[in-house]
Amino acid sequence: MKQKYLPLTATILIFVLSYALCAAQYPNILSTRVIGNLLTDNAFLGIAAVGMTFVILSGGIDLSVGSIIAFTGVFLAVVLEHTSMHPLVAFALVLAITTLFGALMGVIIHYLEMPAFIVTLAGMFLARGMAFVLSIDSIPIKHPFYATLKGLYYKLPGGGRITLIGGLMLLVFAVGILIAHRTRFGTNVYALGGGTATAKLMGVPVASTTVKIYAFSGLLAGLSGIVFSLYTSAGYSLAAVGVELDAITAVVIGGTLLTGGSGFVAGTLVGLFIQGLIQTYITFDGSLSSWWTKILIGALLFAFILLQKGIIHLSRDARQRA
Amino acid sequence: MTSILRTYLARLLPQLIALAAILIAISMTFPGFLNLEIQNGRLYGSLIDILNRGAPVVLLAIGMTVVIATKGIDLSVGAVMAICGAVAASFITSGHSLLETLFVTIAVGILCGVWNGILVAVLDIQPIIATLVLMVAGRGIAQLVTEGAILTFNDPGLIFIGSGSFAGLPMPVVVWLVFGILVALLVRQSALGMLIEAIGVNRQASTLSGVLTPVLLIAAYMLSGLSAAIAGIIAAADIRGADANNAGLWLELDAILAVVVGGTSLLGGRFSIAASVLGAIIIQAINTGILLSGFPPEFNLIIKAAIIVFILVLQSPRFRTAFAFLAVPRRAAKTTEQEAK
Repeated sequence: MKQKYLPLTATILIFVLSYALCAAQYPNILSTRVIGNLLTDNAFLGIAAVGMTFVILSGGIDLSVGSIIAFTGVFLAVVLEHTSMHPLVAFALVLAITTLFGALMGVIIHYLEMPAFIVTLAGMFLARGMAFVLSIDSIPIKHPFYATLKGLYYKLPGGGRITLIGGLMLLVFAVGILIAHRTRFGTNVYALGGGTATAKLMGVPVASTTVKIYAFSGLLAGLSGIVFSLYTSAGYSLAAVGVELDAITAVVIGGTLLTGGSGFVAGTLVGLFIQGLIQTYITFDGSLSSWWTKILIGALLFAFILLQKGIIHLSRDARQRA
Repeated sequence: MTSILRTYLARLLPQLIALAAILIAISMTFPGFLNLEIQNGRLYGSLIDILNRGAPVVLLAIGMTVVIATKGIDLSVGAVMAICGAVAASFITSGHSLLETLFVTIAVGILCGVWNGILVAVLDIQPIIATLVLMVAGRGIAQLVTEGAILTFNDPGLIFIGSGSFAGLPMPVVVWLVFGILVALLVRQSALGMLIEAIGVNRQASTLSGVLTPVLLIAAYMLSGLSAAIAGIIAAADIRGADANNAGLWLELDAILAVVVGGTSLLGGRFSIAASVLGAIIIQAINTGILLSGFPPEFNLIIKAAIIVFILVLQSPRFRTAFAFLAVPRRAAKTTEQEAK
């Protein structure tokens, strides 16, 4: 088997094993209801994680995701409350804003040659600050169109439901996989993650690719914000704190190398499911406290980093022998 | 000696000017701002308040400076603060003496630093990722220690560290002053500081030239853990309780910001602890200013973002080369002047 599939295989194996263990203890965890809820509850995180996968594949990081989600929610709530704008128009508007915001961060990262970490940290403060300026209260969204959207679902056999937002997340993952592996942009992202200097020598347009990557992450963070506002039916500037960390964790558990250049969008989906499964298990168990989620996820993160280190080490040895 | 003092002042000048400008701006709108008075043998006033409130970030910034100088970063300090606060509270409530509590708490903080340091130095993991593990898991561990509740205590000794005073100054200020001076002396009176800078500039080259890179890297993260432990004790002592969820939340970002404001590059190398301390105080002064001016505290975030962007532009290599032509003629003019003389 090719070495590049090793982290992904390990992720899938861990997911299947832990799912089997959970199912052995609580057979109900196999029901389509649980699976449907798993999709719905993690929809916003999943969409943001797709954008994060691209950013991390290119060797960068985007800390602004959670704040952009909160900003989007507050923006939608304020706009829908104070104007008669149709939600679809508001969606388009907010997506344009977040995409531009991401593109701007990409421009700063590339042209000022500053680390993505600190630039997106500024973006994180700015987006959260703008959300606060719009409103510091939690504003309910009562637009009838929201109720319509929330009522849309596809009924699975066994009573489970794939809601609109759960389905949207799967769609975003499918599109993400296509972009990563079937477009020139996707190839450029992988090349950039392998090293900026090499990518430049290979003829990759580094500037436009960097800007596009962060714009894409901004777009998906905005979409994730829309999904989050559908999920909670409210806009609150303190919402979605730390979602960027959950997204990064899903990407890493999904087998993407944090140094960039190697990984799969599909892996992120499995990473997301592992996180969701831990939470579901703790809910099923009832006696375990929720802080075990954090500790378990931290331990998984550590295990995957070690696994990746081991693989890099092995491949280096193999190359030297060859 | 005077030349050393002058280079030192020149290094701190931008931060000092920024701080002075902020303080003057606030005191122009609020005339009573600069007043200091002594009550019950202790200094009171907004200025002292800034120094006092800024204590946790100042402490974190001291450790963070050394870590950033090695081209690393420590994202776990906020979580370590929560762990240490929880450990301190649970030890003191279970009947241990103050000395035992402090000793164990600081040991736990250093242990967290050792963990980070081993991940970075021995397993060779990127610092952002290595410390992310503890950042994610740390709050869970802290909640495990406090068993999910906010542990309160009323041991007078521990509370004294948070709200007592010594020589007219609030105890947290005394703690960070002493800690800052000790660390600065340690790194600058020995070759440690230079070796740390060497690692930050080029880790491989310093290893090849005989610097004990792994040991120094672990030591840097241990120092960061130690400063997080002290900050955690102060934060817990201040509210007389350990809050695993909120203690030190997002303070790692403030600490990194303080280091950046202090002019230490995130790309490693040259560092100044005094400048980072000033950076932390600048951030706190802005916080206080916004609170005083009646703006909603939420504006803080936007101002912080603006500061980061401003400093990024100043530090950017591209910006420096673009404006280098402004600097060169001046220097050239000076030499021609001297030649003329």
